[in-house]
Amino acid sequence: MISNLIKRKIFTLLKVQYSNMLEYRVEIALWAISGIIPFFMLNIWTNNNLNESINISDVLLSRYFLCAFFVRQFSVVWVVFSFEEDSLMGKVSPYLIQPLNPFFRYFAQHLAEQITRFPFALIIAFFFFIFNPESIWIPNLGILLLSIVSTFFSFLIQFLIQSIVACLCFWTEKASSIERLLFIPTLFLSGLLAPVISFPSYVKSWIYLTPFPYLIDFPANLLSGNETNISGGLSMQILWIFLLFPLFKKIWSEGTKKYTAMGS
Amino acid sequence: MNFRKYLKVYKKFLHTSLASELEYKTNILVDLITAILSLVGSIFLLSIFFQNDGYIGGWKFEQALIIQAIYTILNGITNTWFNPNLTEIVKHIREGTLDFVLLKPIDSQFFISLKKINPSGFLEIMLGFLLLFFCIRINQINLNISFMTLSSITISCSICILYSLWFFISTTTIWFVKTWNAIEVLRSFLYIGRFPLNSFSFSLRIFFSVFIPIAFITTIPSEVFLGLSVLWKILLEVVVAAVFLITSRKFWLFAIKFYSSASS
Repeated sequence: MISNLIKRKIFTLLKVQYSNMLEYRVEIALWAISGIIPFFMLNIWTNNNLNESINISDVLLSRYFLCAFFVRQFSVVWVVFSFEEDSLMGKVSPYLIQPLNPFFRYFAQHLAEQITRFPFALIIAFFFFIFNPESIWIPNLGILLLSIVSTFFSFLIQFLIQSIVACLCFWTEKASSIERLLFIPTLFLSGLLAPVISFPSYVKSWIYLTPFPYLIDFPANLLSGNETNISGGLSMQILWIFLLFPLFKKIWSEGTKKYTAMGS
Repeated sequence: MNFRKYLKVYKKFLHTSLASELEYKTNILVDLITAILSLVGSIFLLSIFFQNDGYIGGWKFEQALIIQAIYTILNGITNTWFNPNLTEIVKHIREGTLDFVLLKPIDSQFFISLKKINPSGFLEIMLGFLLLFFCIRINQINLNISFMTLSSITISCSICILYSLWFFISTTTIWFVKTWNAIEVLRSFLYIGRFPLNSFSFSLRIFFSVFIPIAFITTIPSEVFLGLSVLWKILLEVVVAAVFLITSRKFWLFAIKFYSSASS
């Protein structure tokens, strides 16, 4: 009964958000294009033969960056910015009355956006293969499924971190600047711009304890067929989700107690 | 055009926007940390690229640092002036408040481009200059008058090109309403301004000098710093900057003709 209700709610939310997202197809296409930084990085790597020092062939490296592009496309999170706007405008108040955590709404929004984005990402990948025909490969089904799961986990980790930051809106009003701060280590340490394996050893010694390499590097390595520790990576992802989720619940319940609607 | 009137109006702009931004003091601190981390991150990335043999695209690490410094200064300028103002155009058009701007007895482009200021960008500009002075020392560049004039000419041309690019894209909002994401695309393209142009493949080099002149923005000023630049390149940059400024002005005047206020 209850699970049926939740299922119906989630389904309705998804449907509403998907049709909402389809309204802004051009916008989402532009989002997809704005994620092509990994390809510029690949160009620097191969053009200067930088991969010699880390023993990865050109083909594997180009696959890595293509996968990094894909993983990034399906793990982009912007919940802070939506929540900040809603909370500044006082839109959170009606959401709070509803018998549904407002973050489900944002969650559905993100999932719907990913579905809308999928064809555009495929088109970009298609162009990538036209320019780099030697890097075409077909991953086997098991690996494909595992990497979809790990990309989803990466999305979940980022969604939880951003939701925690978003809850800080209850205290500071402008939480997006904290998110911009957190984005910097995500950008440089996640493997979007350079595979983690190329990092100097003084960084590699501690980086695997942080959530960053599991956001892009691990799923991208998995999908592209580069060497990686599958069970270790997946369990670290699950561990981080289990660490972050109670924290989010805690800060959410504290925050809603603190929340005063506009004008009170 | 009454120059003194505009100066007086600009002083008022400065006063009001500084007053409102200084409301969020912790925000400025967070932004400072973000700027520092982002600079550290990009130097870290650069050092990874130089692990192999100490050269990318014919540039040494110390020389490539100059590009970083100029990029940081320009990014600071973007965050101080271009980003807060030009993203506002999107809002003006969506909410129909552009009417109020057009009615004012003042040049609309002036009003739209300089209304707001974000003081946290100043910190980034200072950070960039610090790095630049450091680079001047380690590269043993001797400062003389001709060098100073050439470098300030090229940097101001870069600022003009950057402004025109931003303004150009923001203006397209009059037709497309939501070009917020087009700005994100521009941002991701500008990201390659952190690296020497020669480190990219030939086709990308052509693309980034003909279609989107990012090559001119950071690489030519850095070449001036290193004394590598030839006169025709500097002249070309001046011409490109002038063309961009004039076209963006013409484009704005052209675009306003198509502006039909909200609900009409």
